[in-house]
Amino acid sequence: MKDLYLIQITTIFKKEFARWSRIWIQTILPSVITMFLYITIFGNFIGERIGEINGLAYIHFIIPGLIIMPIISNSYMNVVGSFYSGRFQKSIEELFVSPLSSHVILIGYVMGGVSRAFVVGFVVYIVSLSFTSIPVHNVFLAIFLTLLVSFLFSILGFINAVYAKSFDDINIIPTFVLTPLTYLGGTFYSIYNLPEAWQTVSMFNPIAYMVSAYRYAFIGVEDLNTYGAILLMFILIFMLYSLAIYLLNKGIGVKN
Amino acid sequence: MTKYALEIKHLNKTYRNGVIALKDINLSVEDGDIFAFLGPNGAGKSTVIGIITTLVNITSGEVKVYGKDIMQHPEITKQMIGVVPQEYNLNQFIPIIETMVNIGGYFGLSKKQALSKTQELFEDLGIWHKRESTPRELSGGMKRRLMIARALIHNPKLLILDEPTAGVDTELRLTMWDFFKKINNDGVTIILTTHYLEEAERLCKNLSIIHHGEVVQNSPMVDIMSSSRKHTYIVRTDSKITDKNIFEENINIIDDKSCELTVDNKTSITEIITKFNQSNINVIDILSKRNKLEELFIELTQK
Repeated sequence: MKDLYLIQITTIFKKEFARWSRIWIQTILPSVITMFLYITIFGNFIGERIGEINGLAYIHFIIPGLIIMPIISNSYMNVVGSFYSGRFQKSIEELFVSPLSSHVILIGYVMGGVSRAFVVGFVVYIVSLSFTSIPVHNVFLAIFLTLLVSFLFSILGFINAVYAKSFDDINIIPTFVLTPLTYLGGTFYSIYNLPEAWQTVSMFNPIAYMVSAYRYAFIGVEDLNTYGAILLMFILIFMLYSLAIYLLNKGIGVKN
Repeated sequence: MTKYALEIKHLNKTYRNGVIALKDINLSVEDGDIFAFLGPNGAGKSTVIGIITTLVNITSGEVKVYGKDIMQHPEITKQMIGVVPQEYNLNQFIPIIETMVNIGGYFGLSKKQALSKTQELFEDLGIWHKRESTPRELSGGMKRRLMIARALIHNPKLLILDEPTAGVDTELRLTMWDFFKKINNDGVTIILTTHYLEEAERLCKNLSIIHHGEVVQNSPMVDIMSSSRKHTYIVRTDSKITDKNIFEENINIIDDKSCELTVDNKTSITEIITKFNQSNINVIDILSKRNKLEELFIELTQK
């Protein structure tokens, strides 16, 4: 039985990996170019005028956030795009007439999103090295956080794909929820530089915790408690994973 | 070991919008059978198939595949079922050989096993040379054959064919019939839905006819062939048919020297010829217009 599950999960993962890597110009390159521009404009041109934040060069301060931004968007978009496309073509029925458990389907898709997020994150990090050398404070924590963040947003993308009724619907959450939360999550500034009211508002933004934890993993500086951020991600993963499994078991968005 | 490949008991389905698709469906398909599941469009055939393959949720009732309940043991029952859906549901963007390897993987086959089985099936179905093509590059007939191969990758015991030859030319249809007979001889039980009643008549041993969500006929094909009450013939004569009252039964004049005649099934061809002769008309040719299954189908579904 273990062998069966292993074959099933690796099959879905390989399918997903092949899907995004085949079209890397659409899936990987745009994020890398965008982050390259961010680092050039904000890190280099504007950053030199801003000076230091929390005792760090501005370019060092923003790079962890600039790495986590494409990790969030790519893990999310990979799963929402792939699963919804399968629903649209009805090829998703192949999964549901096969003896795949809901856990296997979900983990397979999530692994696809995680793999894309890791590749994008790594490439953006390599690109950032061409601007400044940024030593990683805790490599294992950075990898662990990349895994947690991409896992979380892959599940979220999956849930979006289940409910989406058109291709427009798969862009609503990234455009109107994720992007604002990411920009307001302290990527470009320290939360403690904000007015007090906005500091309080930022405490309700889960992405602020992730950016802070990621910054700690890279440069050893945190705005918010890193352990608290990890706990928050575990709780969110547990809740969203349970919801995704419930949706799959019920066949919502797939079965009649 | 159960003798039934499929048992359906008191199956009901009401969709969320209130449409009652199935009403107390009961039927069973014996292991080794080729079973025809017929009905007009919208009768509920695809809903039944959707339920068997778990793509449609049950409202109430019980469905067992080889004795295993599909709700309680979905992973076991799905391993025994192969399905060819009515609509194309192929991933349009990847080579078809990759689709086969993926499907094999879902059923627990290694890549090597899946490739080996794919080659066997693609060669049998005449699409091996297209293995690197995407579905977008295939003709309608090739897509149908691909869907059949896909359904058989894991050696299912029960194959469900939902209008497998729709849109396929006559020559290919005959080839596919031979293929279905071959896999049935190899031990695969087949459930076939089709609008080509000749297909059902040629291939199937038993049948059910469903209409407005209810089973209106459930019997062996041989019984149907001997039970139809009406039969229609096309009769060609050597002279003009002037009197439409030669027969008490329905007669439609097609042209001066031919007519369509619907008679009771007890009326023999000899009697028909004799009646024409009594009116000084010689019969040159007499052809059966509809097969008996078609007549029964129309009789049951036009009520």
